[in-house]
Amino acid sequence: MVTAVNAFTNPFPTSLPARAPSSTDSSGEQLAPTHRNQWKRLAAGLAIGAPLVLGGCNFYPTYGASRGATTQGQDTFKLYSGMMTTGIIIGGFVGLLILFTVVRYRRNSDAMPKQFHENIPMEIVYTGIPVLVVAFLFLFTVLTENNVDATVANNARISTTGTPVLQVKVTAFQWGWRFDYPNNNVSVSGEVTNGPGGLGPQMVLPVGETVQILLVSNDVIHGFYVRDFNFSRYALPGVENRFDLNIVNPGLYPGQCTQICGLYHSEMLFTVKGVTPSEFRTWTVGQIATGHILGRNPLPSTDVPPPYTHVTPSSALAVPSSKKGSL
Amino acid sequence: MTTTIEPPELIEPEQPGGPAGHGPDSHGHESEHAEHGPSGLLKWLTSTDHKVIGKSYMITSLVTFFISGAMALVIRAQLSNPTSSLVNFQTYNELFTMHGSLMLYLFAGPFAFGGLANYIVPLQVGAPDMAYPRLNALSYWLYLGGTSMMTLGFVVAGGAASFGWVAYAPLSNSINSPGAGTDMWLMSLGLTGFSAIFTGVNLVATIFYLRAPGMTMFRVPIFSWNMLVTGLLILIAFPVLFGAVVMLFCDRHFGTHIYSVQGGGVPVLWQHLFWFFGHPEVYILALPYFGIVTDIIPVFSRKPLFGYRGMVFATLSIAALSTGVWAHHMFTTGVVLLPFFSLLSYLIAVPTGIKFFNWIGTMWGGQLSFQTPMLFSIGFLFAFLMGGVTGVLLASPPVDFMTHDTYFVVAHFHQVLIGTTVFAGFAGFYFWYPKMFGRMLSERLGKIHFWLLFIGFWVTFLPQYVVGLKGMPRRVADYLTSNGWTGLNQLSTVGAMIIGFSFLFFLVNLVTSWRKPVPAGDNPWDGGALEWFTSSPPPHHNFTHLPPIRSERPVWDYNHPEHRKDEGHGEKRHREHEEKVGANS
Repeated sequence: MVTAVNAFTNPFPTSLPARAPSSTDSSGEQLAPTHRNQWKRLAAGLAIGAPLVLGGCNFYPTYGASRGATTQGQDTFKLYSGMMTTGIIIGGFVGLLILFTVVRYRRNSDAMPKQFHENIPMEIVYTGIPVLVVAFLFLFTVLTENNVDATVANNARISTTGTPVLQVKVTAFQWGWRFDYPNNNVSVSGEVTNGPGGLGPQMVLPVGETVQILLVSNDVIHGFYVRDFNFSRYALPGVENRFDLNIVNPGLYPGQCTQICGLYHSEMLFTVKGVTPSEFRTWTVGQIATGHILGRNPLPSTDVPPPYTHVTPSSALAVPSSKKGSL
Repeated sequence: MTTTIEPPELIEPEQPGGPAGHGPDSHGHESEHAEHGPSGLLKWLTSTDHKVIGKSYMITSLVTFFISGAMALVIRAQLSNPTSSLVNFQTYNELFTMHGSLMLYLFAGPFAFGGLANYIVPLQVGAPDMAYPRLNALSYWLYLGGTSMMTLGFVVAGGAASFGWVAYAPLSNSINSPGAGTDMWLMSLGLTGFSAIFTGVNLVATIFYLRAPGMTMFRVPIFSWNMLVTGLLILIAFPVLFGAVVMLFCDRHFGTHIYSVQGGGVPVLWQHLFWFFGHPEVYILALPYFGIVTDIIPVFSRKPLFGYRGMVFATLSIAALSTGVWAHHMFTTGVVLLPFFSLLSYLIAVPTGIKFFNWIGTMWGGQLSFQTPMLFSIGFLFAFLMGGVTGVLLASPPVDFMTHDTYFVVAHFHQVLIGTTVFAGFAGFYFWYPKMFGRMLSERLGKIHFWLLFIGFWVTFLPQYVVGLKGMPRRVADYLTSNGWTGLNQLSTVGAMIIGFSFLFFLVNLVTSWRKPVPAGDNPWDGGALEWFTSSPPPHHNFTHLPPIRSERPVWDYNHPEHRKDEGHGEKRHREHEEKVGANS
């Protein structure tokens, strides 16, 4: 991983406010190492050293997670991986200590063991060390969190192309998604049976550019979650949640609602497709030609209760008739 | 140098009713009371004896546990196949909601503070009963009513509550959850909430005011200490839940708009109120079980607890921190101050770490024997270690973003909660069963129960971490074959079946102990706290005599007087002070 190697020199990619693609991220940082940077390097060395030993050739073992398809997701992944390594070392130490104690001191005679009650210096040590460990973890958490949570200003322009940052308004509803592109006059909406492969509606996004998502809900609370982005955020009624995505590579990234939202919660799928900027422009033209135009996709009414029927999983895949008008 | 010390003389306890003369029966002797009261079933139903109420609580909560566990097995069976049609979506939603609600509200807490603590705390502090016996009885009957009401949600039109045990608004409003099952769920929380508050009041009053002469606060056994802190946390947390539930009820029926956007309300307010209850609740569930393990490990190590005061301060700081971490359940809402709640959540790892090292320090250099209670306690150590380490990961908002509402979180909290409520809870049950019923449980069956449970536990939950990292959300009734989650889910289902199977050995063990009783004697484990001084089961008002209380394990001091010279600095100072005071008076 290129980004993983770069972490030696730039453990905390500082790509604010508008992110360039991560491959060019570190060159500017290397030029003038200050005292601050030396500390950063030391900290990064410590953070990376342990995974190096455990993971062999790989700086950041995946431990089952995705390495991240967005720059934000990659930052999160590195934090996760480093914390897992720390957790395995500490948890493994404590676990082995318990195991050792249990085996070493199993009863072998009726002699009464020494009746000691306390060891104050020892207790101070094992109070102090965890404080240092969590302070260390908290430092890395805050640095990553600031990166992941950073959003560009409204109407900011991408430096390379001069075009405004693409905003997509994502509206979650029972039980589907609507993706509005106000910059492009496009709107895509659907439930699980729509979209390619029965994977729900598709949000097409350009790679290598900052995309700002404005997330809202039409009815109850939903969870916007894309596994490969290492990210989730609630869609709340009455609140507009805002976050940025910088997709690194073209590809298809499945997503799903993660917050229980009623009967068809498990069917609330969607996909994100990362395409090149030129493909994206072609796609928007195609969408307008086929009538997927902003304002033409009304959301389901929330005044009446959703239809209550006992369903089996197979019939659940069929969209309720009352909802068809909205698609 | 004294080599042997004569056993000290026994002291007469205060008359039943406690040192201050409050109490159930301050005008009569225990023998009279026992003779003149009603008998049989009526005695059981009208009893205000903490031992009878404790046993009722334990039976009710264990029945709840088995009902809820059976639901978990149906859930696992459903998930073993990507498109299983074992149950339909609505039933599935009801099942996971009721599984969580019954386990968290109606098993884990009541089993600890209504069952084990109700029975054991008055014995440990040398009291004849709880401070308010009638309140205690009311608490049980409210609990029974609330439990029945929630469970009966399944039989009303529209089915039981189906929005998850956290009932996030607006999914729980009258439009999205119109059924009567939801109202029964809310009523049940109201009833059992008050039941918990009454028990909390009772525990705090009993431990503060009904301790036997000589039992200073720093001689109270850790289980009772933890129950004191639990009682205080109940008093902080449950009233908030009750207020939140009442407001939700008003939203549903009386046209208020506290949680609805349409009327100018705030849906996230429910989450704030709920988790302001919900995170202290996690420690209301955990602290009693920490206390159980802390009482068991020294007994089976033949040593005093290592770092008694550290343990007390760790418990107090966990309780204090637990009131300031609620929004770590809400990191992904985007409307909370991430670093604050992250830092406080991280800090809880420190007192928890102290507890771990104190448990290890207690075993260090001891003579460990592995009877069933000790095996379950060690199982708890490993389970809670894994749950604790993954909990530290989840205290980090970015890592929470990537795992929130996935099976990673499901695996995490099941490891914590099963580690505490099941491993430590059954450790306590095996430990105190001889005291409560005067008969032993079979060691052989107990060990089979432990090993099957231990194996099933890891087989169930390790795959859930992985499938969560592969992106499987929680509370889904089905998934796609193309997700690649099938194999891990099947492994997890096999583990769950092993867990279910292990409890058959527990039930057989109970039946065997009733059909072929093995007398336990007063102190089968060589325990050190006061409950081991009285008979098994204890008489109506618990004690006829008490040993002198000079440490947190007076019975051990009494039985092993030659080892009292090794007492810790604090205890020694206390004793010298008291001897000086005694000599002067």
